[in-house]
Amino acid sequence: MEEFQLMKGNEAVAEAAIRAGVDGYFGYPITPQSEVMEYLMAAKPHERTGMVVLQAESEVAAINMLYGGAGAGKKVMTSSSSPGISLMQEGLSYIAGAELPCLVVNVVRGGPGLGTIQPSQCDYNQATKGGGHGDYHLIVLAPASVQEMADFVTVCFDLAFKYRNPTLILSDGAIGQMMEKVKFAEQKPRLTKAPKWATTGKTPDRERNIHTSLDLDPSRHEKFNEKLIRKYKEIEEKEVRYEKILCDDAEYLFVAYGTSSRICQKSIQLAREGGIKVGLFRPITLWPYPKKEIRAMTNQIKGILTVEMSAGQMIEDVLLSVEGKVKVAHYGRTGGMIPTPEEIVEALKQKISGG
Amino acid sequence: MAETSSSNDIVREENLVYAKTKVLTDNVMHYCPGCGHGTTHRLVAEVIEELGIQSDTIGVAPVGCSVLMYNYMDIDMQEAAHGRAPALATAIKRLLPEKYVFTYQGDGDLAAIGTSETIHACNRGENFTIIFINNGIYGMTGGQMAPTTLPNMKTSTSPYGRDVKMMGNPLKMTELVATLPGTCFVTRQSVHSPANVRKARKAIKKAFEYQNLKQGISFVEIVSNCSSGWKMTPLQSNEWMVENMFPFYPLGDIKIPEVQVEQKEGDVLHNSLNQIDKDSKQVKY
Ligand SMILES: Cc1ncc(C[n+]2csc(CCOP(=O)(O)OP(=O)(O)O)c2C)c(N)n1
Ligand code: SF4
Ligand SMILES: [Mg+2]
Repeated sequence: MEEFQLMKGNEAVAEAAIRAGVDGYFGYPITPQSEVMEYLMAAKPHERTGMVVLQAESEVAAINMLYGGAGAGKKVMTSSSSPGISLMQEGLSYIAGAELPCLVVNVVRGGPGLGTIQPSQCDYNQATKGGGHGDYHLIVLAPASVQEMADFVTVCFDLAFKYRNPTLILSDGAIGQMMEKVKFAEQKPRLTKAPKWATTGKTPDRERNIHTSLDLDPSRHEKFNEKLIRKYKEIEEKEVRYEKILCDDAEYLFVAYGTSSRICQKSIQLAREGGIKVGLFRPITLWPYPKKEIRAMTNQIKGILTVEMSAGQMIEDVLLSVEGKVKVAHYGRTGGMIPTPEEIVEALKQKISGG
Repeated sequence: MAETSSSNDIVREENLVYAKTKVLTDNVMHYCPGCGHGTTHRLVAEVIEELGIQSDTIGVAPVGCSVLMYNYMDIDMQEAAHGRAPALATAIKRLLPEKYVFTYQGDGDLAAIGTSETIHACNRGENFTIIFINNGIYGMTGGQMAPTTLPNMKTSTSPYGRDVKMMGNPLKMTELVATLPGTCFVTRQSVHSPANVRKARKAIKKAFEYQNLKQGISFVEIVSNCSSGWKMTPLQSNEWMVENMFPFYPLGDIKIPEVQVEQKEGDVLHNSLNQIDKDSKQVKY
């Protein structure tokens, strides 16, 4: 049995990628996630598993390398931070349109523009509502610890190949940079057998494999979009993940993901010491969003405070989930600032619970 | 009736001087009459058949008039976003290093929106082939100016002619990538006459074979016509191309590999590699 290791979230993603049998990593440096590629380059995964690691000339190139590698049936991934992820949106739309699997890690920093290198959660809308053009979805998972940074690599690749859809780990600068203990899975072999749709060269026993997102015939293209919609419905039904903390007796609820959810755990303790029974609902999949599960909580609770390191993006999904049954308010910090547990309790009192 | 049977008599295996390569599908091409895209597709397909690499070849189609190339080639293909084909090809070749990989790109695709991907794939010395169709215009979107558009040439976005003071000078990507150590074979060809078609075919064949050298990109520019974009008949467009494009984009090899491959016995590919190198002149950078 392997021991725990002390590692940064970014390094954990990299080590987990090697162990998950990833075939290729393509990336471009940007703070606060450059450790991912630095770790990979130092770890010589080519010698360990044959994994290809390549520093691309831009995030535009990196995401299109993913498109090529995914089309060839390989497990491919990249990581970046907000401005770089913006550059990848066209490519992500093409990959979703061509129905190919891949993993993108966004270690979010404050925006808009060049913004700041400090942690933020301001890319929620971009991650969950599209980002690129067209009717498509990424499958988005939000880790709240270094351990989850590592674990979600495998989870995401399983989902990506199951549904032939790009997946995204939406992390932030805090989880990317902080050190925690982490335990890794055993080394998995790299894929040896190409999926039947992979472009590996057309052999006489099969039709040619083509990856494209183009169809100039609108009626056929609508059929294709309907197929995508059915796929997304199935994902929404089957793949929702979330965690509830101290919700059994809760009268109020924090809804928060990632770093904010970690801080909320301390806020729960403080609030309960002051007599406010509050629990935490932590969405793990941000798309598909745990709408039904949050809605189910409205029978029990009187109000919800969403806590985000943004101006209030996820709150829209919470509002849609509760359908007006309970009061919902947002508390957030922006620009790379991280809320304190005390601030959050104060906001809960002022906006939701009173007292 | 009589006519049909007599033509059937003539169309016999031993009388055939030409047959469509099996690597082209039977789909009707959508190209304008006389367009160089169709001919170049055929040459790529013929080379793949001749080298016997159909089951080992992966192509990357661009955005441009040849966006539907995958409908015409009976090989595995991926359709890239505009300009990004070299990025896709980089990953495909690195992850499947024993396969033959090529991109097929227009001049808008390769010399404008995809300049970065093209130059960096060349500079890294990726081991795939780039087929570059330079018609000096954006064919697909209706004849707008490209970086390759000649000075004073009229297009829909340079209706009074390309004013180089205002719109910049035409970009010679082929000469540019030839200066990079990451390219091993750089040549400029055309497909407007039977003789040129034969030369272009040879060049494309070399380009694919050179992938075995693992010495970097093999790059074949085809100076081509766009009768629709240039607003000419197909014949006029060929004449105009000879008179105006060739002086600016001269045909011929710009760079050939420095190292000859060691000849292994019974190795058809390597034998022919050494053979075809004899008629190339070498320019060093
Ligand atoms: C990101 C993006 N920008 C613009 C376009 C529109 N577009 C399609 S093809 C093309 C130019 C094609 O010209 P070229 O590469 O020279 O190919 P040709 O049609 O001449 O063979 C443009 C601008 C696009 N599809 N995607
Ligand atoms: S528009 Fe130009 S490049 Fe496109 S098919 Fe017609 S002639 Fe060829
Ligand atoms: Mg063109």
